[in-house]
Amino acid sequence: MTDYAYVRTEMAQEAPPPASEVGVFGWVRKNLFSSWINTVLTLIGIYLIWIIVPPIIEFAFVNAVWTGENREACVGVHGACWAYVDAYLPQFIYGRYPADERWRVDLVFFLFAIGLIPMLIPSVPFKRENIIYMLAVFPVVAFILLTGGDFELSGFVFSDSTAAFWIEYLILTIVLAALVYAMARAGENDPRPGLITVVAIMAAIAIVLGVVSIDFGLEDVETDVWGGLLVTLVIAITGIAASLPLGIAFALGRRSKLPIIRLVSIIFIEFWRGVPLITVLFMSSVMLPLFLPEGVTFDKLLRALIGVALFAAAYMAEVVRGGLQAIPKGQYEGAQALGLSYWQMMGLIVLPQALKLVIPGIVNTFIGLFKDTTLVLIIGLFDLLGMVQSSFTDPNWSTPTQSHTGYMFAAVVFWVFCFGMSRYSIYMENRLHTGHRR
Amino acid sequence: MAVQDTMGAESARASVFYDPKVRGIFFQILLIALLVFFGYQIVTNTIANLERQNIASGFQFLNTTAGFSIIQSLIEYSEESSYGTGLIVGFLNTLLIAFIGIILATVLGFIIGIARLSPNWVISRIAYVYIEIIRNIPLLLQIFFWYFAVLRAVPNPRNSVELPGDIFLNNRGIFAPKPIFESGSGLAGIALLVAIAAIFFIRHWAHKRQEATGQQFPILWTAIGLLIGLPLIALIVTGFPIGVDYPELKGFNFVGGLKVTPEFMALLLALAIYTAAFIAEIVRAGILAVSHGQTEASHALGLRQGPTLRLVIIPQAMRVIIPPLTSQYLNLTKNSSLAVAIAYPDLVSVGGTILNQTGQAIEIIGIWMVVYLSLSLLTSAFMNWYNQRMALVER
Repeated sequence: MTDYAYVRTEMAQEAPPPASEVGVFGWVRKNLFSSWINTVLTLIGIYLIWIIVPPIIEFAFVNAVWTGENREACVGVHGACWAYVDAYLPQFIYGRYPADERWRVDLVFFLFAIGLIPMLIPSVPFKRENIIYMLAVFPVVAFILLTGGDFELSGFVFSDSTAAFWIEYLILTIVLAALVYAMARAGENDPRPGLITVVAIMAAIAIVLGVVSIDFGLEDVETDVWGGLLVTLVIAITGIAASLPLGIAFALGRRSKLPIIRLVSIIFIEFWRGVPLITVLFMSSVMLPLFLPEGVTFDKLLRALIGVALFAAAYMAEVVRGGLQAIPKGQYEGAQALGLSYWQMMGLIVLPQALKLVIPGIVNTFIGLFKDTTLVLIIGLFDLLGMVQSSFTDPNWSTPTQSHTGYMFAAVVFWVFCFGMSRYSIYMENRLHTGHRR
Repeated sequence: MAVQDTMGAESARASVFYDPKVRGIFFQILLIALLVFFGYQIVTNTIANLERQNIASGFQFLNTTAGFSIIQSLIEYSEESSYGTGLIVGFLNTLLIAFIGIILATVLGFIIGIARLSPNWVISRIAYVYIEIIRNIPLLLQIFFWYFAVLRAVPNPRNSVELPGDIFLNNRGIFAPKPIFESGSGLAGIALLVAIAAIFFIRHWAHKRQEATGQQFPILWTAIGLLIGLPLIALIVTGFPIGVDYPELKGFNFVGGLKVTPEFMALLLALAIYTAAFIAEIVRAGILAVSHGQTEASHALGLRQGPTLRLVIIPQAMRVIIPPLTSQYLNLTKNSSLAVAIAYPDLVSVGGTILNQTGQAIEIIGIWMVVYLSLSLLTSAFMNWYNQRMALVER
């Protein structure tokens, strides 16, 4: 056998990639300086960062004043006056809520947090109890704590005493139950399930009304003195809680086969989506009192809440409709073939899939709603931005950098909430992304 | 037949109450009854309330003298003008801010959206940070920031910041030289129109020629040449009949020139910067929606990077971009109503003043709603028309 010495018998060692292609240097070359256009862009980008970021850091941290009693501390300083934010922090959080009663607001924040945090973490058990707590217990408790409870219930027909109210309530319950019984009889059906539902709903409402009317010895706090982050959160959370079910209802209405229901839904949605929120708020603050009979007045905050909730519901309806349209027709037909009723089909088959598809849109609407709460300051409610804005009139703290500091603080607070919501929605979207990703 | 008979018997046995048709009609009648009831309540209550407050309903108040001044007006307006004129001034101001805001936001949004997709790490990070910061801060806060913290904080007229080109910036606004068209400058305007018409004609002809012979014609350079050249020739012929009105400091303020109020600037900046963040995301999504295969196929056909982008990617991306973009334009227009917070005299702001003076809440709010609703409906009609034109024609 001839021995060919020039034939390789084993693989040559792989040469390492050139130093200019790997590591930090390679990455920089590839991503930042791959061509002369890219180099110019990188330099422009670095220049932009250079002229924007250092001044902000200098303003917010390096030159900032952290402690001080009044404006003396911040005069002549070219930095943020955090001492002013520190002094005003209670106002930014509670508004003009009486100082002695602020523990009630803190308690509500705390109760909300212990309900919300386990809801948001998917691995925590007892989700059903948690939802009941958030939807039934927390709102009532929060309402009593914030307003002071002790609501007076007065009858409409007989007299305006509390006893008359309960008698009338009982009569109403009996009438409703009789109606349901008669309808079931006419349909030759078992009347029991309908009766139980009616009695249960009326009893639940009665319990809520009863609890709200109990005097817990809490001092009454009018909504006029609420303010700051409290108002922002109350409007945002109530708006979110009200707009989702309303939006779903209008989305279903718009997809309904019944012409009048569809028409009413379309008009409602297009009307609210076509006008700016500020005119809606003006409407709720100026026009709504005209619509009500003489003597009936609504709380200013409640009026704004109604406006915000209806406005957000219209946007929510369009988002949900997008999801409903994305569900293939086979799902509807399959559900019908199984003999499910309309509400079973929607509740068990279509909506769970549709809502899952539009989570980003729903959260976007929530974020929009949260940002839009600032608009209530135009109709004279003091949300967080309203409190910041009104603090500028205080001569005790008026310095050239006061407005910058105040806006920076408000911007950071809003940003944290909105950015947090958008990150959570991305996380949830990935988690629920089952079945569609291959 | 037999099968049908039994089915008929079945449905006869079931109650009328469970017939979906009957149920549907029942619920719809219920809905109508409720709506009519509420409508009746609202109308009677409103009439009673208005009578009690001695407010005459109707639109006669529009002819009354307004008695308040408006800081910025596109048409003739003084304190002696009527409320109706004031509302028109406000409406025109809304259109003005919306128009300029939309142009600025589109330009900025497209730049940032493309920057977000740039392979350059620094540029795409900057775009990302811009989008995430601006989108998550309320617009009203941004308007306040620009107005109270930036434009109100610049020096007074005596210590104005002087920018190149005789532009002065102070807390009363921005003052710039204003061109005054004297007699004879009409010819330049006509020349401009002729240039535009010629460009359309040349474009049409170039397309035809390319389809027939395959030869391309440099349309872009011809267009630029015509646009600049023709009016320039007209101006030279007439001897430059354009004067300039320079702003001058007289007493405590500037007189003459073109004045841009700080309210307008603040609102414009805030609206453009805020909406641009949303447009950037739309542009990014639109470009990403065109599959990479399109680029590869185009390269395979021998098209270079520029024509690929211009002829293949952008036309397809626009199809995805246009509908949400229109709704952003609409949002910008509706958001311009936040002007009321810094007293830029737009429709809502002027209307609010009139509402306070006359108490005609229903009429004013009605005018607002009708104006904004018609703007929305017009925009969505346009969008539908454009969508149909751009939609994929499938064979």
